Amino acid sequence: MNPTDLPAAVERDANFNFGYLDERTKRMIRRAILKAVAIPGYQVPFGSREMPLPYGWGTGGIQVTASVIGPQDVLKVIDQGADDTVNAVSIRRFFQRTTGVAVTERTVEATLIQTRHRIPETPLAEGQVIVYQVPVPEPLQRLEPRETETRRMHGLAEYGLMHVKLYEDIARYGHVATTYDYPVMVDGRYLMAPSPIPKFDNPKLHMNPALQLFGAGREKRIYAVPPWTSVESLAFEDHPFEVQRWSQPCALCGSTQSFLDEVIVDDRGGRMFVCSDTDWCRQRRPADA
Amino acid sequence: MSAAGMHAGGALAGLTPGFSDPVGAAQAVFRLCLERLSRPGTLAEVRSDAALPAGLHVASGALLLALLDQDTRLWLSPAAAGAAAYLRFHTGCVPVDDPAEADFALAASVRELPQLERFAQGSEDYPDRSTTLIVQVESLATDAGWTLRGPGIADSVRLSAAGLGAAFALDWAANRRRFPCGVDVFLASDSRLAGLPRTTRLEDSACT
Repeated sequence: MNPTDLPAAVERDANFNFGYLDERTKRMIRRAILKAVAIPGYQVPFGSREMPLPYGWGTGGIQVTASVIGPQDVLKVIDQGADDTVNAVSIRRFFQRTTGVAVTERTVEATLIQTRHRIPETPLAEGQVIVYQVPVPEPLQRLEPRETETRRMHGLAEYGLMHVKLYEDIARYGHVATTYDYPVMVDGRYLMAPSPIPKFDNPKLHMNPALQLFGAGREKRIYAVPPWTSVESLAFEDHPFEVQRWSQPCALCGSTQSFLDEVIVDDRGGRMFVCSDTDWCRQRRPADA
Repeated sequence: MSAAGMHAGGALAGLTPGFSDPVGAAQAVFRLCLERLSRPGTLAEVRSDAALPAGLHVASGALLLALLDQDTRLWLSPAAAGAAAYLRFHTGCVPVDDPAEADFALAASVRELPQLERFAQGSEDYPDRSTTLIVQVESLATDAGWTLRGPGIADSVRLSAAGLGAAFALDWAANRRRFPCGVDVFLASDSRLAGLPRTTRLEDSACT
């Protein structure tokens, strides 16, 4: 038995209700999700519950996943693109223990994907659901801390403040300095924080065939982007939106189209660039040596 | 509904069972509702073992059993009023007489469907506080009828609902203009279910 290939089997613990949450909580979250889908990009308030892990560890995403997941689902959990980092492993174990569902690391096999801060490189398909963990759902929060005011701004679609912020970036740095959680307009109406995904992933939000759900546990908000919905990254005509590029390919699989992480490999400044999406990288390497 | 018969099993005696597996059934039915609302114009077959009272189609009854509880107010059109005791018993929902107060509403048939503006619309600040309306129709089909466009639809899809005609299309266009406020609709026909979120645009097709 090779421990790197075969994670220890986790048995369903029948002392928990299916999906950990009680049924009344699930119904409340399910009703919020339906309204979120009907108003793309609008943040629906919900009664976020205390979970068996602290705020900031994905409690919003977990509550959304727990309300959506069923026995037939195949679950994939990623943290910064990787299936084997601590947040992904512990959330995957949580759902194995409380639901007994099948899990996978393959993007194409998953029916339900919970993610922290990445969208898989493998294009998502119709019928898949991706759940994002969101720390700060309000894109205007750093510009206007009062929730009463930002709610009014969303009601009136008054987003000049965000354009001024991007303009000030250009005036100061010559380019828009935001590289992650880059603000987007959903269906031409609501300004939305796409969660701290790199702006490299923003184009994947647009017209994605999968259903995208966003859960913010501490801030108690749920929002959604239905399939085939326009998602436009904010930009100016003379400063169009651009994604990050790297001067070298992935050191492991040679990919030139994926988001790369810089990894320090020794104490003398040695470094390499590798895919952040571990499943994508593994699928591209011929014989998994 | 009525105060009479609430004692000594009078009202309870006639009640039929709800889901045999409430946890599993609620999840399965919610997931179908989520997929239909995410992909307007597509149809789901809802399976349910609940013994529904007269007046409720399988799809609408299952949806209400899955999503209602003590926190939701329900408006029922006159022909569905007989289902009130059943839904109250199984979900704890609060019946209301004024559609503008309803979180969920059921029109037992197209004839009993009020103007959409009579339901809760939500506000600009809280557009989510609007009614989710279920309309029972005689049939649903995806190869004829309106052309649907909007979020959830790659290009366009067709949907026809028996009995919902030009008057509803006009009413729906007004609902669409109230965006981000407005009601969201599920269409139910026996076990078939379709979703119409407030973002969907209905267009008359050239040939219907």
